Amino acid sequence: MTGAKPAVGTVAASAKPAAALFPVAPPPFSDGVFPCSECHKPGDKVDRVPHKVEFHEDIVLHHDEKNRWCLDCHDAAHRDSLHLADGRLIPFTESYRLCGQCHGPTLRNWKAGEHGKRTGSWSGAKQYLLCPSCHSPHSPHFKPLKPKSPPLRQEAIK
Amino acid sequence: MSDLTVTPLPVPEPPAEGFTRREALILGLFALAGAATTSGCSSDQKAMDEFVQKHFKDLSPEELKTVLARMEKNLTKKYGKPVTVSATPAMEGVLFGYALDLSRCIGCRRCVYGCVDENNQSRDPQTHYITVLEMDKEKGVDLQDANAYYDHETVPAEGKFYMPVSCQQCENSPCSKVCPVGATWKEPDGIVVIDYNWCIGCRSCIAACPYGARRFNWGEPNIPADELNPVTEYLGNRPRPRGVVEKCTWCLHRVRKGLYPKCVEVCPVGARKFGNLLDPDSEIRYIIENKRVFILKEELNTQPKFFYYYGL
Repeated sequence: MTGAKPAVGTVAASAKPAAALFPVAPPPFSDGVFPCSECHKPGDKVDRVPHKVEFHEDIVLHHDEKNRWCLDCHDAAHRDSLHLADGRLIPFTESYRLCGQCHGPTLRNWKAGEHGKRTGSWSGAKQYLLCPSCHSPHSPHFKPLKPKSPPLRQEAIK
Repeated sequence: MSDLTVTPLPVPEPPAEGFTRREALILGLFALAGAATTSGCSSDQKAMDEFVQKHFKDLSPEELKTVLARMEKNLTKKYGKPVTVSATPAMEGVLFGYALDLSRCIGCRRCVYGCVDENNQSRDPQTHYITVLEMDKEKGVDLQDANAYYDHETVPAEGKFYMPVSCQQCENSPCSKVCPVGATWKEPDGIVVIDYNWCIGCRSCIAACPYGARRFNWGEPNIPADELNPVTEYLGNRPRPRGVVEKCTWCLHRVRKGLYPKCVEVCPVGARKFGNLLDPDSEIRYIIENKRVFILKEELNTQPKFFYYYGL
Protein backbone atom coordinates (compact mmCIF):
# COMPACT_ATOMS: atom_id res chain seq x y z
CA MET A 1 0.00 0.00 0.00
CA THR A 2 1.25 3.43 -0.69
CA GLY A 3 1.50 5.61 2.37
CA ALA A 4 0.78 9.02 0.92
CA LYS A 5 -2.90 9.76 0.98
CA PRO A 6 -4.02 12.58 -1.29
CA ALA A 7 -5.91 14.23 1.57
CA VAL A 8 -2.68 14.86 3.43
CA GLY A 9 -1.25 16.83 0.57
CA THR A 10 2.00 16.55 -1.26
CA VAL A 11 5.41 18.07 -0.85
CA ALA A 12 4.84 21.76 -1.40
CA ALA A 13 6.97 23.31 -4.10
CA SER A 14 7.36 26.64 -2.41
CA ALA A 15 9.24 29.52 -3.95
CA LYS A 16 10.97 30.32 -0.65
CA PRO A 17 14.07 28.27 0.04
CA ALA A 18 13.30 28.34 3.78
CA ALA A 19 10.05 26.49 3.23
CA ALA A 20 11.74 23.72 1.27
CA LEU A 21 13.13 22.40 4.54
CA PHE A 22 9.64 21.60 5.68
CA PRO A 23 7.52 20.02 2.97
CA VAL A 24 4.09 20.93 4.23
CA ALA A 25 0.61 20.20 2.99
CA PRO A 26 -1.24 23.21 1.54
CA PRO A 27 -2.95 25.54 4.03
CA PRO A 28 -6.49 24.34 4.86
CA PHE A 29 -8.50 27.35 3.69
CA SER A 30 -12.26 27.29 4.13
CA ASP A 31 -14.12 27.27 0.82
CA GLY A 32 -14.36 30.62 -0.86
CA VAL A 33 -12.36 32.77 1.55
CA PHE A 34 -8.99 32.84 -0.18
CA PRO A 35 -7.56 34.94 -1.75
CA CYS A 36 -8.62 37.61 0.73
CA SER A 37 -7.80 40.30 -1.84
CA GLU A 38 -10.92 39.27 -3.74
CA CYS A 39 -12.87 41.43 -1.28
CA HIS A 40 -10.24 43.43 0.61
CA LYS A 41 -8.79 45.95 -1.84
CA PRO A 42 -5.51 47.81 -1.24
CA GLY A 43 -7.18 51.21 -1.04
CA ASP A 44 -9.77 50.18 1.56
CA LYS A 45 -10.00 52.21 4.74
CA VAL A 46 -8.75 50.14 7.66
CA ASP A 47 -9.87 50.60 11.25
CA ARG A 48 -6.96 49.34 13.29
CA VAL A 49 -8.72 49.48 16.62
CA PRO A 50 -9.88 45.97 17.59
CA HIS A 51 -13.60 45.71 16.88
CA LYS A 52 -16.17 43.12 15.94
CA VAL A 53 -15.99 42.27 12.24
CA GLU A 54 -19.33 41.98 10.54
CA PHE A 55 -18.65 39.73 7.57
CA HIS A 56 -16.60 36.95 9.21
CA GLU A 57 -19.17 36.11 11.86
CA ASP A 58 -18.52 32.38 11.62
CA ILE A 59 -15.05 32.91 13.03
CA VAL A 60 -15.10 32.80 16.81
CA LEU A 61 -11.77 33.87 18.20
CA HIS A 62 -10.87 31.67 21.12
CA HIS A 63 -7.12 32.10 21.11
CA ASP A 64 -5.97 34.65 23.67
CA GLU A 65 -8.89 36.76 22.43
CA LYS A 66 -8.56 39.30 25.24
CA ASN A 67 -5.20 40.44 23.92
CA ARG A 68 -5.34 39.73 20.23
CA TRP A 69 -7.44 40.23 17.16
CA CYS A 70 -7.40 39.74 13.36
CA LEU A 71 -4.69 42.18 12.36
CA ASP A 72 -2.16 40.77 14.83
CA CYS A 73 -1.61 37.96 12.33
CA HIS A 74 -3.37 39.03 9.12
CA ASP A 75 -1.83 41.95 7.28
CA ALA A 76 -4.09 44.88 6.47
CA ALA A 77 -1.96 46.21 3.60
CA HIS A 78 -1.13 42.82 2.05
CA ARG A 79 -4.29 40.83 2.54
CA ASP A 80 -3.04 37.55 1.07
CA SER A 81 -0.16 37.39 3.52
CA LEU A 82 0.38 37.06 7.22
CA HIS A 83 2.89 39.11 9.15
CA LEU A 84 5.23 38.39 12.00
CA ALA A 85 5.32 40.56 15.13
CA ASP A 86 8.09 42.66 13.60
CA GLY A 87 6.03 43.33 10.49
CA ARG A 88 7.79 40.96 8.09
CA LEU A 89 5.35 39.40 5.65
CA ILE A 90 5.09 35.64 5.34
CA PRO A 91 2.94 33.49 3.05
CA PHE A 92 0.21 31.26 4.48
CA THR A 93 2.37 28.25 3.59
CA GLU A 94 4.87 29.30 6.27
CA SER A 95 2.38 30.03 9.03
CA TYR A 96 4.45 27.89 11.42
CA ARG A 97 6.88 30.81 11.68
CA LEU A 98 4.05 32.98 12.91
CA CYS A 99 2.77 30.41 15.42
CA GLY A 100 6.31 29.75 16.63
CA GLN A 101 6.67 33.33 17.84
CA CYS A 102 4.64 32.41 20.92
CA HIS A 103 4.85 28.61 20.79
CA GLY A 104 8.63 28.33 20.54
CA PRO A 105 9.18 24.90 22.09
CA THR A 106 6.30 23.52 20.01
CA LEU A 107 7.88 24.83 16.81
CA ARG A 108 11.18 23.28 17.82
CA ASN A 109 9.50 19.93 18.45
CA TRP A 110 7.54 20.20 15.22
CA LYS A 111 10.70 20.75 13.22
CA ALA A 112 12.27 17.70 14.90
CA GLY A 113 9.21 15.61 14.12
CA GLU A 114 8.05 15.21 17.70
CA HIS A 115 5.04 17.50 17.54
CA GLY A 116 2.39 16.84 14.92
CA LYS A 117 1.89 14.10 12.44
CA ARG A 118 4.29 13.15 9.71
CA THR A 119 3.35 10.83 6.91
CA GLY A 120 5.28 9.22 4.09
CA SER A 121 8.66 7.63 4.70
CA TRP A 122 10.47 7.30 8.03
CA SER A 123 13.74 7.07 6.08
CA GLY A 124 13.11 9.53 3.26
CA ALA A 125 10.58 12.01 1.90
CA LYS A 126 7.90 12.83 4.42
CA GLN A 127 5.00 15.23 4.59
CA TYR A 128 4.41 17.66 7.42
CA LEU A 129 1.16 19.31 8.26
CA LEU A 130 0.93 23.03 8.85
CA CYS A 131 -0.25 24.05 12.34
CA PRO A 132 -3.72 25.07 11.02
CA SER A 133 -4.19 21.62 9.44
CA CYS A 134 -4.91 20.30 12.93
CA HIS A 135 -5.47 23.40 15.08
CA SER A 136 -7.88 26.04 13.87
CA PRO A 137 -5.80 29.21 14.29
CA HIS A 138 -8.86 31.02 15.64
CA SER A 139 -9.73 28.29 18.16
CA PRO A 140 -6.77 25.95 18.40
CA HIS A 141 -7.91 23.55 21.09
CA PHE A 142 -8.73 20.05 19.78
CA LYS A 143 -12.39 19.23 19.52
CA PRO A 144 -13.58 15.95 21.09
CA LEU A 145 -14.07 12.99 18.73
CA LYS A 146 -16.45 10.07 18.66
CA PRO A 147 -14.41 6.96 19.40
CA LYS A 148 -14.62 3.89 17.18
CA SER A 149 -16.43 0.91 18.63
CA PRO A 150 -14.91 -0.94 21.58
CA PRO A 151 -13.56 -4.46 21.13
CA LEU A 152 -15.92 -7.36 21.73
CA ARG A 153 -15.92 -8.64 25.26
CA GLN A 154 -14.62 -12.15 25.65
CA GLU A 155 -17.99 -13.43 26.78
CA ALA A 156 -19.58 -12.06 23.59
CA ILE A 157 -17.32 -14.17 21.37
CA LYS A 158 -18.98 -17.42 20.40
CA MET B 1 13.99 -32.26 18.66
CA SER B 2 15.53 -34.79 16.30
CA ASP B 3 17.09 -36.55 19.29
CA LEU B 4 13.73 -37.71 20.57
CA THR B 5 13.44 -41.47 20.49
CA VAL B 6 10.27 -42.48 18.75
CA THR B 7 9.38 -45.78 17.19
CA PRO B 8 9.50 -45.19 13.46
CA LEU B 9 6.13 -45.61 11.85
CA PRO B 10 5.90 -47.82 8.81
CA VAL B 11 6.50 -45.82 5.68
CA PRO B 12 4.63 -47.19 2.68
CA GLU B 13 7.28 -46.40 0.13
CA PRO B 14 10.94 -45.60 0.61
CA PRO B 15 11.23 -41.78 0.73
CA ALA B 16 12.82 -39.95 -2.15
CA GLU B 17 16.46 -39.03 -1.85
CA GLY B 18 17.34 -35.99 0.21
CA PHE B 19 14.42 -36.26 2.62
CA THR B 20 15.12 -35.97 6.30
CA ARG B 21 13.75 -38.46 8.75
CA ARG B 22 11.21 -35.93 9.97
CA GLU B 23 9.89 -35.29 6.50
CA ALA B 24 9.80 -38.98 5.74
CA LEU B 25 7.70 -39.56 8.84
CA ILE B 26 5.33 -36.76 7.96
CA LEU B 27 5.07 -37.96 4.38
CA GLY B 28 4.31 -41.46 5.50
CA LEU B 29 1.59 -40.29 7.87
CA PHE B 30 0.12 -38.03 5.29
CA ALA B 31 0.16 -40.69 2.62
CA LEU B 32 -1.68 -43.05 4.94
CA ALA B 33 -4.30 -40.43 5.72
CA GLY B 34 -4.60 -39.48 2.07
CA ALA B 35 -5.00 -43.04 0.89
CA ALA B 36 -8.04 -43.41 3.11
CA THR B 37 -9.90 -40.57 1.36
CA THR B 38 -8.88 -39.57 -2.15
CA SER B 39 -5.78 -40.13 -4.13
CA GLY B 40 -3.59 -38.47 -6.68
CA CYS B 41 -5.43 -35.20 -7.30
CA SER B 42 -3.66 -31.82 -7.43
CA SER B 43 -5.29 -30.36 -4.30
CA ASP B 44 -3.74 -33.24 -2.38
CA GLN B 45 -0.41 -32.24 -3.85
CA LYS B 46 -0.90 -28.62 -2.81
CA ALA B 47 -1.85 -29.61 0.71
CA MET B 48 1.13 -31.95 0.78
CA ASP B 49 3.50 -29.16 -0.31
CA GLU B 50 2.20 -26.99 2.48
CA PHE B 51 2.42 -29.81 4.96
CA VAL B 52 6.05 -30.64 4.29
CA GLN B 53 7.16 -27.01 3.94
CA LYS B 54 10.35 -26.24 5.86
CA HIS B 55 10.83 -23.58 8.53
CA PHE B 56 11.07 -20.11 6.97
CA LYS B 57 14.73 -19.73 7.91
CA ASP B 58 15.64 -23.12 6.41
CA LEU B 59 14.13 -22.37 3.02
CA SER B 60 16.66 -21.97 0.22
CA PRO B 61 16.07 -18.97 -2.08
CA GLU B 62 14.54 -21.30 -4.69
CA GLU B 63 12.32 -23.02 -2.16
CA LEU B 64 11.20 -19.64 -0.79
CA LYS B 65 10.30 -18.54 -4.30
CA THR B 66 8.21 -21.65 -4.78
CA VAL B 67 6.50 -21.19 -1.43
CA LEU B 68 5.67 -17.52 -2.11
CA ALA B 69 4.38 -18.37 -5.59
CA ARG B 70 2.19 -21.12 -4.15
CA MET B 71 0.77 -18.73 -1.54
CA GLU B 72 0.13 -16.00 -4.09
CA LYS B 73 -1.70 -18.47 -6.30
CA ASN B 74 -3.84 -19.82 -3.48
CA LEU B 75 -4.69 -16.37 -2.06
CA THR B 76 -5.42 -14.89 -5.49
CA LYS B 77 -7.83 -17.74 -6.10
CA LYS B 78 -9.42 -17.46 -2.67
CA TYR B 79 -10.00 -13.69 -2.72
CA GLY B 80 -10.58 -13.28 -6.46
CA LYS B 81 -8.04 -10.49 -6.88
CA PRO B 82 -4.25 -10.38 -7.34
CA VAL B 83 -2.50 -10.88 -4.02
CA THR B 84 1.27 -10.57 -3.64
CA VAL B 85 3.27 -12.31 -0.92
CA SER B 86 6.85 -11.08 -0.52
CA ALA B 87 9.63 -11.87 1.91
CA THR B 88 11.41 -8.51 2.13
CA PRO B 89 14.53 -8.88 4.29
CA ALA B 90 15.42 -6.47 7.10
CA MET B 91 17.40 -3.38 6.04
CA GLU B 92 21.04 -3.06 7.05
CA GLY B 93 21.81 -0.71 9.93
CA VAL B 94 18.21 -0.38 11.02
CA LEU B 95 16.76 -1.09 14.44
CA PHE B 96 13.17 0.07 14.64
CA GLY B 97 11.79 2.00 17.59
CA TYR B 98 8.38 3.40 18.39
CA ALA B 99 7.21 6.18 20.68
CA LEU B 100 3.76 7.17 21.85
CA ASP B 101 2.84 10.46 23.49
CA LEU B 102 0.39 9.69 26.29
CA SER B 103 -0.39 13.36 26.80
CA ARG B 104 -1.79 13.56 23.28
CA CYS B 105 -3.62 10.27 22.74
CA ILE B 106 -7.38 10.86 23.01
CA GLY B 107 -8.44 7.21 22.84
CA CYS B 108 -10.36 7.49 19.54
CA ARG B 109 -9.32 4.00 18.40
CA ARG B 110 -8.58 5.14 14.83
CA CYS B 111 -5.30 3.21 15.10
CA VAL B 112 -7.07 -0.02 16.09
CA TYR B 113 -9.21 -0.13 12.97
CA GLY B 114 -6.56 1.30 10.63
CA CYS B 115 -4.41 -1.60 11.75
CA VAL B 116 -7.15 -4.17 11.11
CA ASP B 117 -7.59 -2.92 7.52
CA GLU B 118 -3.89 -2.75 6.82
CA ASN B 119 -2.85 -6.04 8.36
CA ASN B 120 -5.74 -8.26 7.25
CA GLN B 121 -6.94 -9.18 10.71
CA SER B 122 -10.04 -11.30 10.94
CA ARG B 123 -13.24 -9.22 11.20
CA ASP B 124 -15.38 -12.02 12.59
CA PRO B 125 -14.13 -13.53 14.84
CA GLN B 126 -12.70 -10.15 15.78
CA THR B 127 -8.94 -9.67 16.10
CA HIS B 128 -7.36 -6.40 17.16
CA TYR B 129 -3.61 -5.93 17.60
CA ILE B 130 -3.99 -2.67 19.55
CA THR B 131 -5.80 -2.45 22.87
CA VAL B 132 -6.52 1.11 23.98
CA LEU B 133 -6.66 1.27 27.77
CA GLU B 134 -8.55 4.01 29.55
CA MET B 135 -7.18 5.02 32.95
CA ASP B 136 -7.75 7.66 35.59
CA LYS B 137 -5.51 10.70 35.45
CA GLU B 138 -5.53 10.73 39.23
CA LYS B 139 -4.16 7.22 39.52
CA GLY B 140 -1.72 7.35 36.64
CA VAL B 141 -0.62 4.23 34.78
CA ASP B 142 -2.38 1.48 36.69
CA LEU B 143 -2.95 -1.56 34.53
CA GLN B 144 -5.12 -3.28 37.12
CA ASP B 145 -7.62 -0.46 36.92
CA ALA B 146 -7.61 -0.03 33.14
CA ASN B 147 -10.67 -0.32 30.94
CA ALA B 148 -10.43 -1.34 27.29
CA TYR B 149 -14.20 -1.39 26.70
CA TYR B 150 -15.04 2.29 27.24
CA ASP B 151 -17.74 3.54 24.90
CA HIS B 152 -18.27 7.27 25.35
CA GLU B 153 -20.13 9.62 23.07
CA THR B 154 -16.93 11.62 22.65
CA VAL B 155 -13.35 11.22 23.81
CA PRO B 156 -11.27 12.18 25.71
CA ALA B 157 -13.54 11.63 28.71
CA GLU B 158 -13.22 13.96 31.69
CA GLY B 159 -10.43 12.90 34.04
CA LYS B 160 -9.26 10.02 31.86
CA PHE B 161 -6.19 9.33 29.79
CA TYR B 162 -5.52 6.65 27.23
CA MET B 163 -2.73 4.16 26.73
CA PRO B 164 -2.72 2.07 23.56
CA VAL B 165 -0.85 -1.21 24.04
CA SER B 166 0.30 -3.54 21.30
CA CYS B 167 3.40 -5.66 20.70
CA GLN B 168 6.37 -3.93 22.35
CA GLN B 169 8.90 -5.68 20.04
CA CYS B 170 11.08 -6.59 23.01
CA GLU B 171 14.81 -6.96 22.52
CA ASN B 172 14.67 -9.69 25.17
CA SER B 173 11.39 -11.19 24.02
CA PRO B 174 9.88 -13.85 26.33
CA CYS B 175 7.46 -15.01 23.63
CA SER B 176 10.15 -16.18 21.25
CA LYS B 177 12.05 -17.91 24.06
CA VAL B 178 9.17 -20.15 25.04
CA CYS B 179 8.12 -21.21 21.55
CA PRO B 180 8.72 -24.97 21.51
CA VAL B 181 9.18 -25.13 17.74
CA GLY B 182 11.04 -21.88 17.03
CA ALA B 183 8.15 -20.48 15.01
CA THR B 184 8.64 -16.95 16.38
CA TRP B 185 11.87 -14.97 16.54
CA LYS B 186 13.37 -11.49 16.51
CA GLU B 187 14.52 -10.24 13.12
CA PRO B 188 17.74 -8.19 12.68
CA ASP B 189 15.70 -4.95 12.49
CA GLY B 190 14.19 -5.76 15.88
CA ILE B 191 10.72 -6.88 14.79
CA VAL B 192 9.46 -10.08 16.40
CA VAL B 193 7.86 -12.18 13.68
CA ILE B 194 5.96 -15.45 13.37
CA ASP B 195 6.16 -18.12 10.69
CA TYR B 196 2.43 -18.84 10.57
CA ASN B 197 3.10 -22.07 8.69
CA TRP B 198 5.42 -23.37 11.41
CA CYS B 199 3.29 -22.29 14.41
CA ILE B 200 1.62 -25.28 16.06
CA GLY B 201 -0.90 -23.17 17.97
CA CYS B 202 0.23 -24.18 21.46
CA ARG B 203 -0.18 -20.57 22.68
CA SER B 204 2.81 -20.73 25.02
CA CYS B 205 3.88 -17.36 23.63
CA ILE B 206 0.53 -15.84 24.58
CA ALA B 207 1.06 -17.01 28.13
CA ALA B 208 4.61 -15.68 28.14
CA CYS B 209 3.88 -12.20 26.78
CA PRO B 210 3.53 -9.74 29.69
CA TYR B 211 1.76 -7.20 27.45
CA GLY B 212 -1.13 -9.32 26.18
CA ALA B 213 -0.06 -8.48 22.66
CA ARG B 214 -0.50 -11.83 20.93
CA ARG B 215 -3.73 -13.09 19.39
CA PHE B 216 -4.85 -16.61 18.56
CA ASN B 217 -7.05 -17.52 15.62
CA TRP B 218 -9.61 -19.65 17.42
CA GLY B 219 -11.87 -19.70 14.39
CA GLU B 220 -11.36 -19.48 10.66
CA PRO B 221 -10.25 -15.87 10.02
CA ASN B 222 -12.74 -13.95 7.95
CA ILE B 223 -11.72 -10.99 5.76
CA PRO B 224 -14.14 -9.59 3.14
CA ALA B 225 -12.42 -9.91 -0.25
CA ASP B 226 -13.00 -6.25 -1.13
CA GLU B 227 -11.36 -5.16 2.14
CA LEU B 228 -8.31 -7.41 1.80
CA ASN B 229 -5.00 -5.56 1.59
CA PRO B 230 -3.42 -7.43 -1.35
CA VAL B 231 0.15 -6.28 -0.68
CA THR B 232 1.36 -8.81 1.86
CA GLU B 233 4.48 -10.22 3.45
CA TYR B 234 5.20 -13.80 4.44
CA LEU B 235 6.20 -12.78 7.98
CA GLY B 236 3.68 -9.96 8.15
CA ASN B 237 0.16 -9.29 6.99
CA ARG B 238 -0.63 -12.22 4.72
CA PRO B 239 -3.96 -13.83 5.67
CA ARG B 240 -3.37 -16.26 8.52
CA PRO B 241 -4.82 -19.75 8.79
CA ARG B 242 -6.95 -20.91 11.70
CA GLY B 243 -5.11 -22.22 14.75
CA VAL B 244 -2.05 -19.96 14.68
CA VAL B 245 -0.87 -16.98 16.71
CA GLU B 246 -0.46 -13.52 15.23
CA LYS B 247 0.47 -10.04 16.45
CA CYS B 248 1.60 -6.56 15.48
CA THR B 249 4.74 -6.44 13.30
CA TRP B 250 4.92 -2.62 13.11
CA CYS B 251 3.53 -3.05 9.59
CA LEU B 252 6.57 -4.99 8.46
CA HIS B 253 5.29 -4.83 4.87
CA ARG B 254 5.38 -1.02 5.03
CA VAL B 255 8.36 -0.20 7.24
CA ARG B 256 10.78 -2.41 5.32
CA LYS B 257 9.93 -0.32 2.26
CA GLY B 258 10.61 2.90 4.18
CA LEU B 259 7.00 3.80 4.99
CA TYR B 260 5.57 4.66 8.40
CA PRO B 261 3.37 2.05 10.06
CA LYS B 262 -0.34 2.53 9.39
CA CYS B 263 -1.18 3.49 12.98
CA VAL B 264 1.29 6.40 12.77
CA GLU B 265 -0.44 7.70 9.65
CA VAL B 266 -4.03 7.36 10.85
CA CYS B 267 -3.51 8.90 14.30
CA PRO B 268 -5.48 12.19 14.18
CA VAL B 269 -3.47 13.82 16.97
CA GLY B 270 0.05 12.81 15.91
CA ALA B 271 0.69 10.88 19.13
CA ARG B 272 2.53 8.04 17.40
CA LYS B 273 6.17 8.28 16.34
CA PHE B 274 8.37 5.81 14.53
CA GLY B 275 11.90 5.57 13.24
CA ASN B 276 15.36 4.07 13.24
CA LEU B 277 16.99 3.90 16.67
CA LEU B 278 20.43 3.72 15.04
CA ASP B 279 19.97 7.01 13.18
CA PRO B 280 20.94 9.89 15.51
CA ASP B 281 18.88 12.34 13.42
CA SER B 282 15.64 10.36 13.55
CA GLU B 283 12.59 11.68 15.38
CA ILE B 284 12.58 8.62 17.63
CA ARG B 285 16.08 9.47 18.83
CA TYR B 286 15.07 13.09 19.36
CA ILE B 287 12.23 11.93 21.58
CA ILE B 288 14.34 9.52 23.62
CA GLU B 289 17.00 12.15 24.12
CA ASN B 290 14.70 15.10 24.87
CA LYS B 291 11.55 13.69 26.46
CA ARG B 292 10.92 11.72 29.60
CA VAL B 293 10.27 8.30 28.11
CA PHE B 294 9.42 5.12 29.94
CA ILE B 295 8.86 1.52 28.95
CA LEU B 296 6.07 -0.71 30.12
CA LYS B 297 6.91 -3.23 32.87
CA GLU B 298 10.57 -2.28 32.87
CA GLU B 299 11.18 -4.57 35.86
CA LEU B 300 10.67 -7.66 33.68
CA ASN B 301 13.80 -6.88 31.65
CA THR B 302 12.00 -7.51 28.38
CA GLN B 303 13.64 -4.38 26.94
CA PRO B 304 10.79 -3.11 24.76
CA LYS B 305 11.54 -0.87 21.79
CA PHE B 306 8.19 0.81 22.37
CA PHE B 307 8.58 4.01 24.39
CA TYR B 308 5.79 5.91 26.10
CA TYR B 309 6.29 9.54 27.00
CA TYR B 310 4.56 12.72 28.06
CA GLY B 311 5.19 15.36 25.44
CA LEU B 312 3.42 18.18 27.23
